[in-house]
Amino acid sequence: MTLLELVLFLPAIGFLLTLLLPRDNVKLIRAFTLAVALIVFLISLGLIGPVQADPQHMQFQTNVTWIQSPAIRYHIGVDGLSLWLVLLSTFLTPLCILVSWNSIQKNVKLFYAFMLLLLSGVVGVFISLDLFLFYVFWEISLVPMYFLIGIWGHEKRIYAAVKFFLYTMAGSMLMLVAIIWLYVKSSSFDIPLILNSLATGRLSFTPTEGLWMFLAFFVAFAIKVPIFPLHTWLPDAHGEAPTAGSVMLASVLLKLGAYGILRICLPLFPDAAKASAHWIIVLALIGIVYGALVAMVQPNMKRLVAYSSVSHLGFVVLGIFTFTHFGMDGAVYQMLNHGISTGALFILVGLLYDRRHSLEISDYGGVATVAPWLTTAFVITSLASMGLPLLNNFVGEFLIMQGAALAYFPWAVAAAVGVILSSVYMLWLIQRAFYGETPEAVRSHFLKDMTAREWAVVLPLIAMMLWMGIGSGTFLPAVRGNNEQTLNLVLKSNLNARGGVRNAAPVTLAGRAMRPELKESADAR
Amino acid sequence: MPGNYMPSAAELFRFAPELLLTAAGTLLMIFEAITSPKQKRGLPVFAFLALLAALVLAVVGAADPGPAFSNMLQVDGFATFFRVLVFAIGAMTILMSTNYLKQAEHEGGEYYALVLFSIIGQCLMATANDLIMIFLGIEASSIATYILAGYLRDDKRNNEAALKYFLLGSFATAFLLYGVAWIYGTTGSTNLTEIRRLLLDPRNAPNAILIGGALGLVLVGLLFKVAAVPFQSWAPDVYQGAPAPVSGFMSVGPKAAAFAAFLRITMWGFEPAKIHWAPVLCFVAIATMIVGNFAALRQSNVKRLLAYSSIAHAGYILVALTAASKTGTEAAMFYLTSYAAMNLGAFAVVVHIARKGEKHVEIGDLAGLGNRQPLTAAIFTIFLLSLIGVPLTGGFFAKFYVFKSALDSNLIALTIIGLLNSAVAAFYYLRLIVTMYMQAAPDGVESLPRPSAGVQCALAVSGAATIVLGVFPSLVLDIASRGASFIR
Repeated sequence: MTLLELVLFLPAIGFLLTLLLPRDNVKLIRAFTLAVALIVFLISLGLIGPVQADPQHMQFQTNVTWIQSPAIRYHIGVDGLSLWLVLLSTFLTPLCILVSWNSIQKNVKLFYAFMLLLLSGVVGVFISLDLFLFYVFWEISLVPMYFLIGIWGHEKRIYAAVKFFLYTMAGSMLMLVAIIWLYVKSSSFDIPLILNSLATGRLSFTPTEGLWMFLAFFVAFAIKVPIFPLHTWLPDAHGEAPTAGSVMLASVLLKLGAYGILRICLPLFPDAAKASAHWIIVLALIGIVYGALVAMVQPNMKRLVAYSSVSHLGFVVLGIFTFTHFGMDGAVYQMLNHGISTGALFILVGLLYDRRHSLEISDYGGVATVAPWLTTAFVITSLASMGLPLLNNFVGEFLIMQGAALAYFPWAVAAAVGVILSSVYMLWLIQRAFYGETPEAVRSHFLKDMTAREWAVVLPLIAMMLWMGIGSGTFLPAVRGNNEQTLNLVLKSNLNARGGVRNAAPVTLAGRAMRPELKESADAR
Repeated sequence: MPGNYMPSAAELFRFAPELLLTAAGTLLMIFEAITSPKQKRGLPVFAFLALLAALVLAVVGAADPGPAFSNMLQVDGFATFFRVLVFAIGAMTILMSTNYLKQAEHEGGEYYALVLFSIIGQCLMATANDLIMIFLGIEASSIATYILAGYLRDDKRNNEAALKYFLLGSFATAFLLYGVAWIYGTTGSTNLTEIRRLLLDPRNAPNAILIGGALGLVLVGLLFKVAAVPFQSWAPDVYQGAPAPVSGFMSVGPKAAAFAAFLRITMWGFEPAKIHWAPVLCFVAIATMIVGNFAALRQSNVKRLLAYSSIAHAGYILVALTAASKTGTEAAMFYLTSYAAMNLGAFAVVVHIARKGEKHVEIGDLAGLGNRQPLTAAIFTIFLLSLIGVPLTGGFFAKFYVFKSALDSNLIALTIIGLLNSAVAAFYYLRLIVTMYMQAAPDGVESLPRPSAGVQCALAVSGAATIVLGVFPSLVLDIASRGASFIR
């Protein structure tokens, strides 16, 4: 059993064992699941070394037959693209368990069990190299999330949970059609094999076929990302989920969509991706600005952060479809950044909710005087989310905008509007919630500032924000190789360049030429 | 062998499971009359063991496939597959029924005898290679099921269900029989192998219009039996009215057998004419999926909801039939197996929560089940997820194979409609899960006793089967694929 398989199966085994624990012994359940999640995280750290040594190729591969006919293989592996996403998932799960420590009171056993199952599901998606396996994990990750929202959420939880499930289900049905169709064409579900047949010309799609399959995959992923106008499930799901659910949803589950685009849509259907890039970018830009504008007027904190996700994920999609090195590296980096900083925001909002039992911004005010440390943590996280230099989001947004500027300058301008708006809604939130008069209602609820347990959750996240903001050189090199392969596939495709690749050739050259400088500048920072 | 109608030993052996069950059913009737009430407890055990023995005989008999009774029956891999399936369904039904009948104060040997007789009919439908034999099988199975549907004779809903089922059912079988007469008139035979030979022979091809009309009449009868649109309207009323274990049995047993006959008629006898019947089935499949799923959205009674869901599932299976290929046949066989596991399981839960007089079969009665009986709720959730088609359950691979066979035959639009339908279906199954886990039980709710031993067994077996089919589908698919080619 490889390290990777341990990371995949330990949480699933933990899920089953948790179900066997006595349901009244809450302490044991919490301690056990936390221990499992921590062990999984520690094991997953072991993946870093080998993958960083050779990030372009799949490491820790296991490839055996699961079902003979149709040829479904249990084929997993991790490379530079999936490495950090796997680590993001294993890193956040123990934090999510810790943050739910006291706030989850009913049905405790099931809650923590589902957290572990969710971890297995998402890790499975990130490491599957077989389309069928990918689909299986994709659906499995849906089930625990549905329960997390539906059982432990806020008032409108049932509506939100069902909406979440149905949206994703509708998308994944289209994906299933595409997967089966791909199989009928290629007699394989194995992604590397299919890529190989495409490269050697043994398999090819007509433009129409390619476009339809691309679209079927893309819609499934676009719902998950989410890309405007398929985002409407997200504010409900985020707004109603319990803290841990919101964190996992925002930080990890949304990444499944963007990861799918990078792992499946672009390499398999480069022509179609290129042909569709211009309108996808337009949707991404609409998402960036629209998400930010709607976030600004939200009276509910969680929904505010949720809409800010729509805006942030718009950046990711923009970066990918600029088809430049900068844009794609920035997109992957931004996926991680968003995972850390939005996850932290949801956690901090959760800490506020644990005290005041309200998510309405108008119920707060002057929190800084009663809980200065909590305020400090919140402000740092918000600054990160806004894209302040030295903190993580800056690096990702900068790279994406650079890529967008190289591809077509007005896109960068539009994206910059989103960055400006993000400071507007975050700063305005901070002002209303944390500064000003402290009403009596707030004073009476905030009896204590951060506890040790809460620090244990928040500090690692803040440390990561700083590290990823200053030391991006730790993370970016592993990502580059894979993006370069994908980019080559897209740029070399035969269709006339349109939209996202207007200046394709010079951009590539510029991108390569500027790489060393970029590294230096990252190091300097 | 003209003139010699004495069956050989080999033929009798091929027919042994049916013979055994006939004897067992008859004995049950006699025991019912002569045993004391206390001894009657043994009757379901006897029926259960008879079914297991028949299952073993069927498996053993599969070693020597071949025709029986002047080619009226064809004991091949296909027949064995469905025989084993209906025997297992019968055994599960008995497990679900014992405590239910005790609560209803209607224990009796004749119930189990009727189950056995119905299963004999279904066996005949699966093995029949002759239209007359198929008709006899359908009748044997249906008549027993009509009585079962009205078994609690003091219950108004039972009576209504039985009468409705009987009137509409006999009407539909009449269509089938009329179609058989037409076919005999046109081709001079009722034997499917003969008919196939005739259809394949370009020199004396029968009149296409007559054959088409005849096949249409046969299809009416079959579509009625599988509750496909536009002949589905009986199913919700009958499933809702009949005793819960019988509804569970009807939703899988007669349906599996009817599909077996359906497959043998379309994919063997009338396979040469598939360009004529496949488009018809395509429309029926689309209509059935849509009507079943959308009608289920608005149901508040769990039995009725499962009835509409069962209509929708018949639609998915019809997609596999529309594919009109060997992979389609395999997919349908796999679907029926996993559908039997998950749907019987779901009905076992209904039997459990319904209690005396079936007073608790509204969706609201499930409220808080996740807290009150976590294990039952968890298993029910597995069945529901399987009915939705979530991976690692049998229902997922069932759908997967069906839609793969459809895409293999280039039925792209049908596949997309079908899969979007299953997204719609997710909504009403989720409603049950929502009620179990996300709504608290109302105050002062009657306490729910533990599931009876029989129901526990049924839940465990069908739950395990659902998971195993979802993780190792090849176990069943390989057998299905060997059976799907019939005997040439």
